[in-house]
Amino acid sequence: MKILVPVKRVLDYNVKPRVKSDGTGVDLANVKMSMNPFDEIGVEEAIRLREKGVATEIIAVSVGPAKAQETLRTALAMGADRAILVLTDDAVEPLALAKIFKAIADAEQPGLVILGKQAIDDDNNQTGQMLAALTGWAQGTFASAVNVDGDHANVTREVDGGLETVKLKLPAIVTTDLRLNEPRYASLPNIMKAKSKPLDTKSPADYGVDTAPRVKVVKVSEPPVRSAGVKVADVDELVAKLKAMGVHS
Amino acid sequence: MKTLVWVEHDGKAVKDATLAVVTAASKLGEVHLLVAGSGVDAVAKEAAQIAGVGKVHVADNAAFGHNLPENVAPLVAELMGHHDAFLAPATTTGKNIAPRVAALLDVMQISEILSVEGPKTFTRPIYAGNAIATVESSDAKLVLTVRGTAFDKAATSGGSGTVEAVGAGSDAGISSFVGAEIAKSERPELTSAKIIVSGGRALGSSEKYQEVIVPLADKLNAALGASRAAVDAGYVPNDYQVGQTGKIVAPQVYFAIGISGAIQHLAGMKDSKTIVAINKDEDAPIFQVADFGLVADLFSAVPELTGKI
Repeated sequence: MKILVPVKRVLDYNVKPRVKSDGTGVDLANVKMSMNPFDEIGVEEAIRLREKGVATEIIAVSVGPAKAQETLRTALAMGADRAILVLTDDAVEPLALAKIFKAIADAEQPGLVILGKQAIDDDNNQTGQMLAALTGWAQGTFASAVNVDGDHANVTREVDGGLETVKLKLPAIVTTDLRLNEPRYASLPNIMKAKSKPLDTKSPADYGVDTAPRVKVVKVSEPPVRSAGVKVADVDELVAKLKAMGVHS
Repeated sequence: MKTLVWVEHDGKAVKDATLAVVTAASKLGEVHLLVAGSGVDAVAKEAAQIAGVGKVHVADNAAFGHNLPENVAPLVAELMGHHDAFLAPATTTGKNIAPRVAALLDVMQISEILSVEGPKTFTRPIYAGNAIATVESSDAKLVLTVRGTAFDKAATSGGSGTVEAVGAGSDAGISSFVGAEIAKSERPELTSAKIIVSGGRALGSSEKYQEVIVPLADKLNAALGASRAAVDAGYVPNDYQVGQTGKIVAPQVYFAIGISGAIQHLAGMKDSKTIVAINKDEDAPIFQVADFGLVADLFSAVPELTGKI
């Protein structure tokens, strides 16, 4: 079966986001951008499923500007077979993304779509669930284990307080959580090889999807600043401060 | 505006996460609740007592027993024919269901709202709370998830909601519940704990984490956390991770022990009410956000603290 893996180009997780002084968003000029870490886990999981003989082809998809091509090349270098770039300079919301992925899923007929549970820029945590609604497929969100067995997948999910396992009829949607796997680094030969792997460029209009935003960003501001408190001299002073706040055994 | 609030419960009682959502919903208009599950009479009665609640819709069906979104989302979407806004807690259950509802209704969800600024205007964290966006929906109906730490909890008594059974519902037949391993420890859960004790790479080993961090957490009945560096070094499992790529927490008191304070960690805990940092490097960035900082060797200071607190 085919696996579809959407990937997003985001501000690298080690870079501190700076809010633009005009309040229109976060400054992304001249900063390091990388693949969303949860999407990297998705690519890795797809590759592992191919290594187990479950998957036959991995298609990486990204919706974004021309530079999202770099993110797709990373996915190809990790081991994806081919890529689709849906080119747009607009910020595309999860609902419109889900509509684009639905159209691609209709065309490609994957057995699984594996998405990151959220992108670390907008933190929406919606696209996978929305895609599941639009396709009418089952969803295994926040996955820490995926086992495909014939026409079903057992997905273990990270839920508040522990783990839960659900059995999903394929095709299905999986969204990744941190414990699912540890993504591999692309080797230099694979990075070279990735340059010649097929990458198709499309537009949202090719899939008949209107990407006009439904949610208007009125402003983006800095969170309330936290000021440094006091340094205590020793454990006794710390204990006194904590007890004064009612913190004790 | 008529709102519909997802009641999170364990089959026996209403979970606290619901109460903050009721408060958020009451800022928008009339508050109706949805109790979905199997054998949930007691939960519905309890829910009707929550202050400010109008109607409690009860969907009692085996298909709703494990909150499977494939079965539950169509039920919510149907009820949204008579409501203007659906609100769910930003828990793993709420996050699983709400976006599926939103897509069925063809509306964009607004995730993890921190405040209600107007009938369609909300604030929400982006970049793991490193920025706050004020956003306005243009959709006909609203679908929202609510960050529990941002709203006061509604009172669990004083309400007199009317309980009403709704549609039979059905099993979509594409998913089923296999089992769950819910941690049975007496220890509170990381995301809802009042006190969290977290350890970092300075601990040096899994043994030292057990030896230094765990006793303090035991004494304070606290949840256990860790920095990404400590998780990557294998001291503790990944579900202990607090930070941008781990869990976002906001307890009353957060102990950061041997944690330098990388951006990725600060993003996950900087909304804690009080931060206590113990680190031997006085220039560690964690001290810039700590309310109480102690520059000391953690291997002697933490056991001493455990003994004296």
